[in-house]
Amino acid sequence: MIETVTTICFALLGLAMLAAIVRIIRGPTLADRILGLDTITVIAVGIIGLFAVTSGLSLYADIAIAVALVGFLSTVAFARYLLSRARN
Amino acid sequence: MIYLAAALLLAGSLLTAIAALGILRFPDVYTRLHAASKAGPLGAGLILLAVACMAGDWAIAVRCVLGFVFLILTSPVSAHLLARAALRTGTSPDPRTSIQEYDSNH
Repeated sequence: MIETVTTICFALLGLAMLAAIVRIIRGPTLADRILGLDTITVIAVGIIGLFAVTSGLSLYADIAIAVALVGFLSTVAFARYLLSRARN
Repeated sequence: MIYLAAALLLAGSLLTAIAALGILRFPDVYTRLHAASKAGPLGAGLILLAVACMAGDWAIAVRCVLGFVFLILTSPVSAHLLARAALRTGTSPDPRTSIQEYDSNH
């Protein structure tokens, strides 16, 4: 049962990542692209968590948490960059 | 426990897919932020909770729950910063937006 569920979840997350990539390519403003990158890191956390379930290796849980931390920091850094560009 | 984990996995993946659909379909960056900053981190956090259910070890489970709390706590901060930066750079909202109370001189 769990194999079927993880297959469906992998497909859903793959479609979600495809939608985020389309938004990065099409996004009319820089803020849209930053939002797409943020969403991609969140989806990557989900995919790594799914991989931890399918492979049974709990090491992947730590990697997922580290990716979440890096994603938050990178979004904050990009937003600060956008703000600094607005002042000039 | 495995049924709970399967339900959490399905719910998390569905929420993340819905968030990505909102990113693809909504008209401007503020509504896209509304879709992505709530449903996305909750979906990924539910998947982390499923990992916590499947892990046989308390240390792994506690770390996954802490990761869930971290995702929930940080997503409003980054969404707020991004919306503020978008307003400051002059990204105009969709013309159908009826109320605009933010004064850009702040």
